Amino acid sequence: MDYCPHTKDDIARMQAAIGISGIEELFADIPEKFRLQKLPDIPYGLSEQETITLMSDIAARNQLPRMTLTGAGAYVHFIPSVVSHIVGRSEFYTAYTPYQAEISQGILQAIYEYQTMIAHLTGTEIANASMYDGASAMAEAAVLSAKMSSRSKIIAARSVHPQYRQVLRTYCWANGYTITEVPSAVSGQLDLAGLQDALDESVAAVIVQSPNFFGCLEDVTPIAEAAHAKGAMLISGFTDGTSLGILKPAGACGADFVVGEGQSFGNPINYGGPYLGIFAAREKFLRRIPGRLAGATVDKNGKRGFVLTLQTREQHIRREKATSNICSNEALCALAACIYLAALGTNLKTLAALNVNKAQYLKSRLLQIPGWTEVFSAPTYNEFTLRCPDARAVNEKLQAAGIIGAYDLQKDYPELANTLVFCATEMLSRNDMDRVIEIIK
Amino acid sequence: MELIFEISRPGRGAAHVSASDVPAVDLDHIIDRKYLRDELDLPEVAEIDLVRHYTNLSRRNFGVDLGFYPLGSCTMKYNPKINENVAAMPGFTGVHPDAPDAFARGNLELMYDMQKRLSSIFGMADFTLQPAAGAHGELTGVMMIKKYFEKKGEKRHLILIPDAAHGTNPASGALCGFEAVTLRSNMEGGVDLEHLESLMTEDVAALMLTNPNTLGLFERNIEKVAQIIHSRGGLLYGDGANANAFLGKTRPGDMGFDVIQLNLHKTFSTPHGGGGPGSGPVGVGEVLVDYLPVPRIVKNDSGYGWSDHFPDTIGRMRAFYGNFNVMVKAYAYIRSLGAEGLTRATEMAVLNANYIKEKLKPYFDLPYDRTCMHECVFSGNRQVEQNGVHTSDMAKRLIDFGYHPPTIYFPLIVPEAIMIEPTETESVETLDAFCEAMISIAREAEENPQRVKDAPLSTPVSRLDEVLAARKPDVCWKK
Repeated sequence: MDYCPHTKDDIARMQAAIGISGIEELFADIPEKFRLQKLPDIPYGLSEQETITLMSDIAARNQLPRMTLTGAGAYVHFIPSVVSHIVGRSEFYTAYTPYQAEISQGILQAIYEYQTMIAHLTGTEIANASMYDGASAMAEAAVLSAKMSSRSKIIAARSVHPQYRQVLRTYCWANGYTITEVPSAVSGQLDLAGLQDALDESVAAVIVQSPNFFGCLEDVTPIAEAAHAKGAMLISGFTDGTSLGILKPAGACGADFVVGEGQSFGNPINYGGPYLGIFAAREKFLRRIPGRLAGATVDKNGKRGFVLTLQTREQHIRREKATSNICSNEALCALAACIYLAALGTNLKTLAALNVNKAQYLKSRLLQIPGWTEVFSAPTYNEFTLRCPDARAVNEKLQAAGIIGAYDLQKDYPELANTLVFCATEMLSRNDMDRVIEIIK
Repeated sequence: MELIFEISRPGRGAAHVSASDVPAVDLDHIIDRKYLRDELDLPEVAEIDLVRHYTNLSRRNFGVDLGFYPLGSCTMKYNPKINENVAAMPGFTGVHPDAPDAFARGNLELMYDMQKRLSSIFGMADFTLQPAAGAHGELTGVMMIKKYFEKKGEKRHLILIPDAAHGTNPASGALCGFEAVTLRSNMEGGVDLEHLESLMTEDVAALMLTNPNTLGLFERNIEKVAQIIHSRGGLLYGDGANANAFLGKTRPGDMGFDVIQLNLHKTFSTPHGGGGPGSGPVGVGEVLVDYLPVPRIVKNDSGYGWSDHFPDTIGRMRAFYGNFNVMVKAYAYIRSLGAEGLTRATEMAVLNANYIKEKLKPYFDLPYDRTCMHECVFSGNRQVEQNGVHTSDMAKRLIDFGYHPPTIYFPLIVPEAIMIEPTETESVETLDAFCEAMISIAREAEENPQRVKDAPLSTPVSRLDEVLAARKPDVCWKK
């Protein structure tokens, strides 16, 4: 099947208007030797019913977990019904980037509202319309810091998400920048003395994440002060965005850029994407940041309206001198986040507190199991790190019960053997968590 | 319209949080006050007000489902509804990316099969699905080129970009430390071979070529272009933004492209979402396979799994595996169209573009008058010179006729450019009506130019002051 409305008569009429006798004539510019007769290895098309059957079969080969105890940069949260209903309106999802403002006021205003909510949540003055994901947002902030300062060294806390640091390494390698990693102290927080030792006037930016990959909250203010004392930027990330419902945002602690993953705000877990790169910054960087920006203005009658603004930063105007090459972003995911945050409103605080509560319960129950101990002393949000006698066996038992277990740190941190990062969101009931304890015991 | 913040009233709320079923803990007791925020200022609205607010906003937005959207270079074809339904299946939406492979057998199989199908459609050795969008795919491709020369111990610092190229091409090159050198187009809109010969030295890593190019014209000399690049040790990069013009008719791998990025949200019908999410898979020839980003899907004893063990990889481009849910839609599209459907889509896309080109030719300047592929590029020069009406004016006037305007002022080598890409999913009646609108605007430009300059006349806001927006930026609402 296909979606072309052309009848035989239509085609004949159109060919006559063009002055050709067959469709093949339109492809005459393709050299004969490169012309394809038939697409190889692509089976015959399916009807809608057959496609549904095929896709249902593939989906059924996945195993839907009874529970998910891993967070690690992607979080299972409850999504209010209004989110999918509004995001599912085709006026939104079948539109392109809003270049023509007069017929794109819907998405432009929603992006403006999103930018406002994100700037407030992160404690900064400005936010862009979105980046690809938390990792690429962090990497672009690092590249931008280096370009602005003409410095070539980046310092990253080792407690930043391992995959984010990998993305950072890729972007920095391509630009000729070096990365130094600073380990954590016994608290699980960044070792401030170690940071001071690594800092000098060649450092463009210091990168931390709070909550960090171990679930620990960082004390961002002294880190920002240390970075600024050497003329470096502070880029601060976060793991689960809902934590911003109760936590003091990095922007209020002196961070220059706040970047992170916004998937938690109304976007499904989706096996890793599409997600939502949050990029927020101090106002002084407004003309340097990457990505789209929706801005308020007026029409010729003085009526408020919205446009994509400061486009001279962008690749379609500045080409090789642009601040980034980003074009398409994650607008629909940002719209979902906007609706989610508007739906929750100040209840985001209640939700965040509930996450702390659930995590505390799970932690206290796990610590009752013989041989289980805490690893770090810093306060935590909805993720925490515990050491146990046999991490692998724990996750195997959970998997056998249809549960996605905790994140095993050993593959990324060889020194942390038998160490698991658990995540408990509002999705876990007390019964669920009691069951987890029964399975592990 | 009011902002969501302006309709907020303290004490209202839409989503309510479940009561806690675990023993309460004092937040201050768990987390020191210095880590806690002082205030949380988000909108407080009832659910009905929330729904009306965003539903009314949606009515101020134009999508493919509302009407013809001939935005050149963006391939705004119909987004089949079945694809939205299959992508929303809980099996696809509900698995955590760090889940053990046993939870994700279907996802892994789909992604592996998608890579295979794309490889055969485009004639490449392998694909990565990791990049989140076209420009992200470009960046991935250029990084692989950089790594290739690094491994060979060659220091090549230049990258050739045709003057008609998308802005993302030079920007992607610059993000990898390459210096962009502009390659001229010839009189018939193709690569100027002499200029290419003179630029192609051993300092040049690659040529980034879009074929067909942004004029909608196929590069007739593609074999010669590839030969010049390869004979001097360079690589040929393909920008797959225009893949809707040739899918099923020819294959980039056969034409000599070493790497190509796709846009699933263009060629493979996934909706563009008002600016994203997209998905930008990158295909490579044998020479670049070792440099693909990690992790890669590998076949193992129990089916498929992820592997990081590729020593020459450029590394990771984003967390996890890419915009998986977008891939599900594109996969359903490939399987439902099949070989015949995909080829017919290309044929009808090219037929539609040539039909529009022929119908509008008498009324607008056509800088390159030859058979086009999936899009055609006119110039508004005649209307500027004769009536003082610019392309931007005519674009805004089209809105009043119920159409999304074409891409304008691109490519840069055509003054007052009007780039029309109808796509295959539009009927001849739609094309006829659109052409009638264009022709009547051309007439109006002669008879009543002011009316065109005042357009749009039918929208909730009239033309917006972009200069004010840039001079006094207001990107976040303040009380």
